[in-house]
Amino acid sequence: MTFLKPLSPHPETWIRTTPAGLYCEPGNFYIDPVLPVARAVVTHGHGDHARPGNGAVLATEPTIAIMRQRYGDDAGGSLQTADYGEATEIDGVTVTLAPAGHVLGSAQVILDYRGGRVVVSGDYKRRPDPTCPPFEPVNCDVFVTEATFGLPVFRHPPDTLEIDKLLHSLRLFPERCHLVGVYALGKCQRVLALLRRAGYEEPVYMHGALFALVELYERFGVALGPVLPCLDLPRDALKGRIVLAPPGALANRWTRRLPDPVAALASGWMRVKQRAKARGVELPLVISDHADWDELTATLAEVGAEEVWVTHGREEALVHYAQSRGFRARALQLIGFEEED
Amino acid sequence: MIRFAALLDALLFTPARNGKLRLMQEYFAGAPDPERGWALAALTGELAFAEAKPSQVRDLVLERVDAELFGWSLDFVGDLAETAALIWPAPSPSHPQPSLPRTRGRVREGAGPSLSRDAGEGLTGTLARTAGEGGAPRAPGEGAGAHVPSLTEIVETLRLASRAEVGRHLAPWLDALDATGRWALLKLVTGGLRIGVSARLAKLALAEWGGVEPAQIDEIWHGLQPPYRALFDWLEGRTARPQVADLPTFTPLMLAQPLEDADIGGLDPRDYLAEWKWDGIRVQLVARGGEKRLYSRSGDDVGGAFPDIIAALPAAVTLDGELLVIRDGEVAPFNDLQQRLNRKSPSPKMLREFPAAVRLYDILREGDEDLRGLSFAERRRRLEAWYARAPRPGFDLSPLVPFVSWQELAELRDGARARGIEGLMLKRADSLYIAGRPKGPWFKWKRGALTIDAVLMYAQRGHGKRSSFYSDYTFGAWRGDELVPVGKAYSGFTDEELRRLDLWVRHHTTRRYGPVREVEPGLVLEIAFDSVHRSTRHRSGVAMRFPRVHRIRWDKPYREADTLEALQRLMN
Repeated sequence: MTFLKPLSPHPETWIRTTPAGLYCEPGNFYIDPVLPVARAVVTHGHGDHARPGNGAVLATEPTIAIMRQRYGDDAGGSLQTADYGEATEIDGVTVTLAPAGHVLGSAQVILDYRGGRVVVSGDYKRRPDPTCPPFEPVNCDVFVTEATFGLPVFRHPPDTLEIDKLLHSLRLFPERCHLVGVYALGKCQRVLALLRRAGYEEPVYMHGALFALVELYERFGVALGPVLPCLDLPRDALKGRIVLAPPGALANRWTRRLPDPVAALASGWMRVKQRAKARGVELPLVISDHADWDELTATLAEVGAEEVWVTHGREEALVHYAQSRGFRARALQLIGFEEED
Repeated sequence: MIRFAALLDALLFTPARNGKLRLMQEYFAGAPDPERGWALAALTGELAFAEAKPSQVRDLVLERVDAELFGWSLDFVGDLAETAALIWPAPSPSHPQPSLPRTRGRVREGAGPSLSRDAGEGLTGTLARTAGEGGAPRAPGEGAGAHVPSLTEIVETLRLASRAEVGRHLAPWLDALDATGRWALLKLVTGGLRIGVSARLAKLALAEWGGVEPAQIDEIWHGLQPPYRALFDWLEGRTARPQVADLPTFTPLMLAQPLEDADIGGLDPRDYLAEWKWDGIRVQLVARGGEKRLYSRSGDDVGGAFPDIIAALPAAVTLDGELLVIRDGEVAPFNDLQQRLNRKSPSPKMLREFPAAVRLYDILREGDEDLRGLSFAERRRRLEAWYARAPRPGFDLSPLVPFVSWQELAELRDGARARGIEGLMLKRADSLYIAGRPKGPWFKWKRGALTIDAVLMYAQRGHGKRSSFYSDYTFGAWRGDELVPVGKAYSGFTDEELRRLDLWVRHHTTRRYGPVREVEPGLVLEIAFDSVHRSTRHRSGVAMRFPRVHRIRWDKPYREADTLEALQRLMN
């Protein structure tokens, strides 16, 4: 305990896990609660982090917009936005948001209380992403990290190589359509932006469920190029085209309207061949919005925390690694987070 | 190696045959010599070097990676070569993986660093450094400016290496390659690419790309050596076809069309000769230039497993026949032959207990004379004359089956099952020996299928065009009140029936296991199959050959489907 100022209470005494999620006791609020609570700070708009039905919600402006888009009136009783770097006082706890680089609006939550600092990173990545500001490392006493890809086999290749793979396949099989499974929030827009950066200017066709968030990104100034619905098009019109759809639609009956689709899926899980095979994926694209092993471990060193709490994902491996590097580390047993990406 | 690795990776994931062909053709067109020749050798299983043992790969990794982390990773990934490829740490000095430096003794000033957007030097500095590490991931071969090996370099090095030396060569290559390259390298050196490409398919891709008949490649294949420069020179039109005279090369087989009952009315029985279709595997025996070979119908050399046959083969002849296990003149069940096929080199005991023999159908070459241009009737006379001069144990003639009318032949065919014979072959007396499956000269007329009524239990999504359909069906038979899975079928229905089956599966699902759905019992499938055998590998204790959906019994109550006992009675 030599690392804390003598008067700083250990963060364990003021932040803890509860059935509703991570709870800050002096501020009486939760971070990404999984059950409805009176006061919530939300890191980003994915459904397992931003849930409906809370009383007061604090988040970045894009995250609030995404929640409104998804939940309408059920997004929360009162919705308060905060810019990155803007401090908000909640009953003696100073809450500040910093970019997490995960999706548009994603934030780390910095909690300062009586000289001690906890950073809850939410989901994050360290790669450049044309659709959101990059992760900013923030020095702290306790760093709460995700561990979705918390095994050293997960080292994502450069996303440009993956996009090249898609464009190459499109040239090799011009009579087929390329159906790419993407999560509606984040992955969809990133794949669009990466395609545009690679010089692909054709319209991209999309499943109906993807339009609302693409339009939302555009409203926040992220240009994604022409997108079109594939409803009511003759089959042949989609030959040689890229079609984006939620991963769930990849092998369902919706795809029968497409001309001999090459099933692609953009996800960090595609790194493991059996995973890709089991899902019937023909073109795995290893594109992830989560930190890979190298990013996770480099970030631990960088934020300079003496203590690391690991949550959702393969906690045991990252805890083991952190301990072997001299960190105090433990797994936070939070429930309700999905194996997304 | 990067390009070859990308090809293997794409082949692994591409289910459709045409897709695989196109991927290989693109590779052959774009890769230089001798790189593509070695790739062709790898795809056709012609590469030979001392394979690395899995333990060598594991030890190499454990020199670099924490054992606990490796164990968890292997559990998650499931495959050693893939785990090793993914976990192999980058050698770059700017990224020292095993001992990540750690900021210690940090001094906090005031309330910590500024969090505003125009953050101070500290923050920007940190970000810039990050971009060099996690932010800008390594491109292939970027690691410490290492030299990325070509496939040629790898193969040429390994061909001279002992097994013990393989490990020493691997490490610097693994350092230089990216994850896909490492995976391909490790698959290559541990043997068995398992990417769903047969030697046959690779040669077919080559033939299509070069604009020649596959048979033209088959005929010279066994006379060529990797990296096949002469072959590529010919296929790209720079030289004539390589000459491979006096080598025991494979001659592509002539195959038969299945005879539909409806076809038979249009055929004149006087034009045809009939012989039994034995239940073994079709082979070609070649003795030429002092060497002997036993080829399977796809042109794979299977002689190693059958030294008894090779020893018995006289010189200077090419024969076509059926490989069987024959005891005291009786053909043993196919399962007995399977015992021999499973062994790369059989023990003396195996040779005694499962004596192999070839029942001869045809003669393609005698001495220097190519007989393929003669009629079947003429070749048959030559075969009988050759055999009369050189009878020997291990070979006999498949007798012709005399008949006058189709009716008479149909009755013989109906008796085939009781005699353990697969059916009949009909060959036009005037047919030349033509590679491939020409329509008309040869027909196979298989014995009637067996059928049972089984209950649909599980359905799995298909691949490619069928990926949105539940098209692979596991069916069961009753054992008391319990359904026991007895087989799997994925053909025999029309597209319209598939749509109905798919819908039925979706509406009657009780559980899901990834791409598999368990369905409630309720739908009866009439399954046709060729035969059923005892099996220790299946819970039901039986295994069916060639099962397919014969009819969908929408009408039949599932309680009235057949029992396992009824299926067992069909065994022998």
